[in-house]
Amino acid sequence: MSVMTPAGDYRESYHADMCIFPTRNSRWAMLVGLALCCAAPLVLDRYALSLMINIGMLGIAALGLNILVGFTGQISIGHAAFFGFGAFASAGFADLGVPVLLAMPLAALATTAVGLVFGLPAARLKGLYLVIATLAAQFILEDFFARAQWFSGGVAGRVTDAPNLFGVALDTDARYFYVVLLWVVLSFCAVANLVRTRDGRALIAVRDHYLSAEMMGVDLAYYRTLSFGIASFFAGLGGALYAHYLRFVSVEAFTILFSIQFLAMVIIGGLGSVMGSLLGTCFMVLLPEVVQAVADALQGGAIDRALKLGSSIAFLREMTIGAAIILFLVFEPEGLARRWRLIKAYWKLYPYSY
Amino acid sequence: MIAGAPPILEAVGISLRFGGVAALREVSFAVQTGEVFSIIGPNGAGKTSMVNCISGRYRPSEGSIWFEGRDITRPPANRRPAIGIGRTFQNLALFSHMTVLDNIMVGRHHLLRRGFLSGMAYWIGGAQRDEIAHRGEVEEIIDFLDIQHVRKAPAGTLPYGLRKRVELARAVAVKPKLLLLDEPMAGMNLEEKEDMARCILDLNEEWGMTVLMIEHDMGVVMDISQRVLVLDFGRKLAEGPPEVVLTDPQVRRAYLGGASDGAPAGELATAP
Ligand SMILES: Nc1ncnc2c1ncn2[C@@H]1O[C@H](COP(=O)(O)OP(=O)(O)O)[C@@H](O)[C@H]1O
Ligand SMILES: [Mg+2]
Repeated sequence: MSVMTPAGDYRESYHADMCIFPTRNSRWAMLVGLALCCAAPLVLDRYALSLMINIGMLGIAALGLNILVGFTGQISIGHAAFFGFGAFASAGFADLGVPVLLAMPLAALATTAVGLVFGLPAARLKGLYLVIATLAAQFILEDFFARAQWFSGGVAGRVTDAPNLFGVALDTDARYFYVVLLWVVLSFCAVANLVRTRDGRALIAVRDHYLSAEMMGVDLAYYRTLSFGIASFFAGLGGALYAHYLRFVSVEAFTILFSIQFLAMVIIGGLGSVMGSLLGTCFMVLLPEVVQAVADALQGGAIDRALKLGSSIAFLREMTIGAAIILFLVFEPEGLARRWRLIKAYWKLYPYSY
Repeated sequence: MIAGAPPILEAVGISLRFGGVAALREVSFAVQTGEVFSIIGPNGAGKTSMVNCISGRYRPSEGSIWFEGRDITRPPANRRPAIGIGRTFQNLALFSHMTVLDNIMVGRHHLLRRGFLSGMAYWIGGAQRDEIAHRGEVEEIIDFLDIQHVRKAPAGTLPYGLRKRVELARAVAVKPKLLLLDEPMAGMNLEEKEDMARCILDLNEEWGMTVLMIEHDMGVVMDISQRVLVLDFGRKLAEGPPEVVLTDPQVRRAYLGGASDGAPAGELATAP
């Protein structure tokens, strides 16, 4: 059980009991993890680093979607469009002369505004109607990207700048990594704090039992809209980081398939789990790599010849993602977050685990 | 009760229709400040509907509801905690994936002032101070209802009797002047009922809450309520002290005649 704490680890005050990392070991593990991340650019090769950057950027957006889907119990299949909006908006602000590091949060705020426009009516919808409304958001935004050349650069796409800090261009993976890491830490801390305070509880209450939430004074429409706003903010922020990392943004990237991948991240990671958002993103980013590695290993063998791995690798990747979602829904509906908790509980009590 | 003191709650000519079904027909009654007031009646009599009207869940088709001299017929349910009304539900309505502690903290929603931005900036916006202060008060409620041992358990994993307590704790956390309880003892054994009755009396006498409850167990109703309202097929049959109301021939007929719901016909007959 996750509520178990080792004997002797007493909480002396409500303050201590309300920490994000309640045991000394968990705090140490966090600090060590952070230190390892900070050291990553020094030891990892460029390829591994780019995977980590991807996990960070997408993880922030997945975190946003988890607030909407996991915590508030709504759904969105238009998340990638908001991610894209953030990317274009940040590129746009940067072109207007705003420093890139400032353009990114500004773009996130602009995306929040767009999210609220779609969220206001969506807050009054439920179930299938909400799915359709967010589907509409996806297509409306995609259409907007395609038509508004000034915004998206049209078919040619949009070239973006690397951020710049006191004259140092953050244009290598090793440098950009820290930009992403900073935003990941800020975003995940903010959401971990949110869910243990008033408005976060209200969001979860709306999901679990909206009638009694209302009776406790929770304004349903406000909180449903708010969760759209917050989800869009993080989608926009992730998109902005993406834009200035790839240094090029174009319309084709932000399709409904991408939206569904975001959904897969939060389902696999664990709906309603802050850490799960990151775990699910890791899984989704690393899975294709694993598929590729397996295909490479099998190259030239009988299986390769039978399945034509070389030519159908893209197809195989989609299949494994689909299979992973189904397997998780069936066998681990609480996602990787539950495994994570079990492992944590094990280490908390180590070596007296039984 | 002080004669002439204004009632804390007054329902005036409440009618409620669902399509062709009239759940309530011109029901009027008043709850005095400081009393324990019970609504009784057979299943389907409209008791829950009445509580839903008071708590803003339903808007009455006709009539008005007054709280401390103020018309509260129109404000929506989410305004009730600020007005001073808290409630529990007949069918358990906890946030089942949240811990017991968090469930009860949701009751503090209208008292906690910091929004999501302060919440996100936990350490610097004052949210931490707020949370700790309210946590202290919530712990008092947890002690009072004797649910310390399940504080960190997800509410959905608890047995029925405990869940009822947690729901009461959550309603108490709202700090209501008027507490609405919809069948707080349904499905409980004798011992649990006695505990619950004790709690309700303490809330009334020591915490100063006026209580309006729906209850089937006539023994409990007689024991702890100062006055009762009897509903039958959406109509008011009687209102007054229990010993007077239960001798009313109309009330006896309603109970002894159509007691199809396990409502306490027998208990009524043996009631003193
Ligand atoms: N939401 C609703 N829609 C339709 N009919 C309802 C609704 N709520 C209550 N009723 C009807 O109103 C009547 C009174 O129900 P209720 O207030 O739940 O009775 P009680 O709590 O006294 O058992 C019943 O006939 C019930 O079917
Ligand atoms: Mg009822």
